[in-house]
Amino acid sequence: MSDQTSRVPQTVTRTARTRGGSEEAYLEVTDLQVQFPTADGMVKAVQGLSYSLPLGRTLAIVGESGSGKSVSSMAVMGLHDAKTARISGSIKVGGQQIVGMGEKDLEKFRGSGAAMIFQDPQSSLHPYFTIGDQIMEAYRAHHGVSKSKARTRAIEMLDRVGIPNPKRRVGNYPHEFSGGMRQRAMIAMALVNDPKLLIADEPTTALDVTVQAQILDLIADLQRDFGSAVVFITHDLGVVAEIADDILVMYAGSAIEHGPVEKILGTPLHPYTWGLLESIPALAGEPQPLHPIPGAPPSLLAVPTGCAFHPRCEFRSRVPGDRCTTLKPDLIPRTADTGRASRCHLKDPDQIFQTEILPRLP
Amino acid sequence: MLLYILRRLVSAVSVVIVTLVASFALFFLAPTDPAGVICGPRCTPERLANIRAGLHLDDPALVQIGVYLKGLVVDREFETGGVVRECPAPCLGYSYTLGEPVTKLLAQALPVTLSLVLGAAVVYLAIGIFTGTMAAQVRGTPLDKAVVGTTLVLNSFPYFVFALLVVLYATFLPESGWTSFFENPFSWASGLVAAWVCLGIANAAAYTRYSRASMIEALGQDFVRTARSKGISKNRVVYRHGLRAALTPVATIFGIDLAGQLTGAIFTERIFDLPGLGNLVLRAFGQYDLPVLMGGVLVGSVVLVVMNLIVDIAYTFLDPRVRLG
Repeated sequence: MSDQTSRVPQTVTRTARTRGGSEEAYLEVTDLQVQFPTADGMVKAVQGLSYSLPLGRTLAIVGESGSGKSVSSMAVMGLHDAKTARISGSIKVGGQQIVGMGEKDLEKFRGSGAAMIFQDPQSSLHPYFTIGDQIMEAYRAHHGVSKSKARTRAIEMLDRVGIPNPKRRVGNYPHEFSGGMRQRAMIAMALVNDPKLLIADEPTTALDVTVQAQILDLIADLQRDFGSAVVFITHDLGVVAEIADDILVMYAGSAIEHGPVEKILGTPLHPYTWGLLESIPALAGEPQPLHPIPGAPPSLLAVPTGCAFHPRCEFRSRVPGDRCTTLKPDLIPRTADTGRASRCHLKDPDQIFQTEILPRLP
Repeated sequence: MLLYILRRLVSAVSVVIVTLVASFALFFLAPTDPAGVICGPRCTPERLANIRAGLHLDDPALVQIGVYLKGLVVDREFETGGVVRECPAPCLGYSYTLGEPVTKLLAQALPVTLSLVLGAAVVYLAIGIFTGTMAAQVRGTPLDKAVVGTTLVLNSFPYFVFALLVVLYATFLPESGWTSFFENPFSWASGLVAAWVCLGIANAAAYTRYSRASMIEALGQDFVRTARSKGISKNRVVYRHGLRAALTPVATIFGIDLAGQLTGAIFTERIFDLPGLGNLVLRAFGQYDLPVLMGGVLVGSVVLVVMNLIVDIAYTFLDPRVRLG
């Protein structure tokens, strides 16, 4: 076991530090389905997604574009248009049921019960309003305070997220901020109402690497101070190792692996997760050919029957019969460890990982 | 900013001068003899020569242009048939056929056209932006399709046909005609209302489509999603965040359109019998009244460059990212 855990990036140790907080779930998603009717048919963006997240913990949702990670998080925020999205299942945030909530209640919930930061701060901030104006608007939406009070609060938040000279900067337009500062301002805006749930949708993707690290640190710091639950959507496994306690791997609208980050990244049990790890190039040692996952993600209009991953799975022949193509596996514990679950018919995935995958990893 | 405006003004003046020289060349050096037009059918060679001399038509072209341009800043005198008429600067010459200074004719016609075009602008902006914004929000529904279809039909109709239909069938509107606003604001408005409705509705179709497209784009932007995620009301999201972004491109089109309409409202003026710039120029064209035509060209080019400048300056207020320099 020791050689597996040492393979995990060193930064995982920080998860041990942020670990803790109550185990009672603040966010509880149960059997969530999100579908979009289109002219070509029903797009099944999220199918049967369940997870829970207590305060003080960070869940990373990982997956390719179109795996349903953003769509499911938009559903948590109640951001889907009821006219275009069919949503069923249950999403409970702090005891409040979000699925089927009326527009007026959703307005009250958004920003105060949960807040979201987006991928590209350049396009996510309104170009014609000042940073301060936008933060003040978010604050005043949930607090009946005067403009000057809201302004004081905006300056305080800008200062908190590390914007230098916030008194002057509060009057700047987004284009007068650098990329990293814009994302800091976005974070300030999201946290201005002290939400207990923060959803970060690839918040570092549009930033350069050094700024990425600063933003990740900032989010981790703020999480500790505010004691909030964080859902972190990303496709960058390095970021996951850096920031997350738990990890949820999504494929074609379903969770295919879920558990503590050091276990999922240390000894993954699903062939798709193996493929993700094998697609990371080694930065040190002899250059070796990558071992990418063959094929392309399926169309959400026609998700493959059985296990959605079966057309691309190189271990399909290990499962007797045609179970892979006919029967969708459940997301259940596959080994003695009940703290983690995966959605795969393979009988001894941990053995395959140890003997066949691990030697291939860089 | 001030330096920028100054620079733009200099370039604007040069554009106007080039336009004047070019149209001068086109009109005055054309094969038709203006003196013949003034002289009329019962012309004697002696009278013709007299007129030619009075108009300096025998001078070299360059001298004629020089005299014309000089008149913009210095008083001129005209002599026809022994009568000397003063033409104070800016002098654009005398109308051949009306015997009035061109500046006076323009000054009479300009308020008419301004009233017509600005009034119509209120109509089409109000209808267009309102309908377009509504349609964008119900995109894809039968209502939206009806709006798009109607604007398409209105837009594909030749404007003069549309205007004639309004005159023929919208008889419930007060009779059109021109009264100065300062004389009687009520008759001013009632005399213009038919023309406002006509020009307004015809353009409202285009503005509905601009606003709709612009609004759809704005509502699809990331910052609108951010606004929704903050928990502000839907109306605030749509009108404060969406419309604010959607209006900027519409404002640009409006500025350019306005310039075009100020010089090109000929159909409307003709059909509704309003003595505006279009009618003035059209009449001058028929009678080969060159100084009036030149005056029309001057006003047209000035309006165009000024509107362009105004649009550019307005843009710095509409979009804080734009800096002039």
